[in-house]
Amino acid sequence: MLIRKPDDIEPSEITPERDYVNRRAFLKMAGGVGALAAGSALAPRLLRSALVADGPPEDTPNTWDQITSYNNYYEFGTDKADPKANAQQLRTSPWSVEVAGLCRKPGHYALDDLFRSVTRVDRVYRLRCVEAWSMVVPWNGYVLGDVLRRLEPEPGAKYVQFTTLYDPQQMPGQRRPILQWPYVEGLRMDEAMHPLALLVTGLYGKPLPKQDGAPVRLVVPWKYGFKGIKAIVKIEFVEQQPTTTWMRAWPEAYGFYANVNPTVDHPQWTQSVERRIGEWRRRPTQMFNGYGDQVASLYAGMDLRKNF
Amino acid sequence: MFAACLVPAADLAWRAFTPDGLGVNPIEEAEIFTGLWTLRFLAITLAVTPARELLRLGFLARYRRMLGLFTFFYACVHLAMWAGVDWFFAWGLMAGEIGKHRYILVGMASFVLLVPLALTSTNGAVRRLGGRRWARLHRLIYLIAIGGTVHYLWAVKKDTLFPLVYLSVFVGLLAYRVATRWTLRRTGPARSPSGAANAAVLQHSE
Repeated sequence: MLIRKPDDIEPSEITPERDYVNRRAFLKMAGGVGALAAGSALAPRLLRSALVADGPPEDTPNTWDQITSYNNYYEFGTDKADPKANAQQLRTSPWSVEVAGLCRKPGHYALDDLFRSVTRVDRVYRLRCVEAWSMVVPWNGYVLGDVLRRLEPEPGAKYVQFTTLYDPQQMPGQRRPILQWPYVEGLRMDEAMHPLALLVTGLYGKPLPKQDGAPVRLVVPWKYGFKGIKAIVKIEFVEQQPTTTWMRAWPEAYGFYANVNPTVDHPQWTQSVERRIGEWRRRPTQMFNGYGDQVASLYAGMDLRKNF
Repeated sequence: MFAACLVPAADLAWRAFTPDGLGVNPIEEAEIFTGLWTLRFLAITLAVTPARELLRLGFLARYRRMLGLFTFFYACVHLAMWAGVDWFFAWGLMAGEIGKHRYILVGMASFVLLVPLALTSTNGAVRRLGGRRWARLHRLIYLIAIGGTVHYLWAVKKDTLFPLVYLSVFVGLLAYRVATRWTLRRTGPARSPSGAANAAVLQHSE
């Protein structure tokens, strides 16, 4: 096994027993869909799913192929297949990250310097997209808080804002004003300092593929995937809550927090269920994507229907 | 022509059997594929009359009914994918989806409107209804075209380029009807491009 499980996440946390696949439901599904004229063409795949249902537990990592060929990364196109096709030309080395705002160590950091003497970690996380699909991804990277602490944020810093590279030459998606470029994301300081939040540079023990956000991206497993900003060129400590790209695009649908929440629907997608990539039937979505034990206290007393 | 109309369906079936033919999320891919082909067949169907009149391709009229029925066919497959594969006949959840998401509501409404048109596509139905009433009923197709495209427009996350291309095609096809009707009213019925005349064409096309 390539991926070492981190000490603070037990396998039992990743795979709650009650979520184990119900074999009978799968067989019923295979029978029912077989009756469908449309579905009959898909019978071999269904059969395979039905057989797999007996075996492995639920949160098995998705394959390298799945993780690297189904991406939302509008800088390289809006189709899920576009990033893999269009991102390969991106120059990821050398790469420099500007650190700015309310901290004692601002400046331009080469990637290696940003992570110097920070412990590398391997984490298998669920990733829940706002579009109601999900994956399980074995990331490699650094605990975000470990990196930020070394930059010595000042007391006035209440939020961290991240910015993606803006370069329409290399990022053809930026030639059309689909979103306001460059992509901007942000976290409250306590969220950013939470030990589950990562800066990721690798996948399956290999360098992070360009379509997945190379050379460095954010991963916040209890939030929807769009919080995981890719190809980061700037980290800024700020006092005011940043206006993120998706908030700007559609404020009624996308909030700053974007915590995975099965009780708050998006206008386009029902959030109580999700389709795990590689599975046929939907599964229930868990509050905070199943990381509530670790992160719920961050939001104590907040109305999460308002702060979506 | 019949075989040509089945090519997209055959392509879908072929890809469903090929490893990774439909990519990482095959259900979503099949839904998008059948939805787009529904809209394409609808556009082709509505393009028959302008093609007949502007390009003098009179023989196309005989295929119009079949093209319309293929529109219905792909809409049926699209809906069957959604109900049978995507939601696996979870009626309660599906009802919730229709109520919660306007793009699903407008798509479902467009499909429902398509049903009476498919049912009255036979020669017998044209006779029973009478050409004029049949034509009036089948004018629903313009509403369905707009509804289907709005369904697509509201379903996409942010990139509305392709939905707007489809929308402009349908608006163009609709504008052509309005324009010919308007000239007809001014110049008298020299030609009979639409309405009841189309029902007559349909009846005589067999």
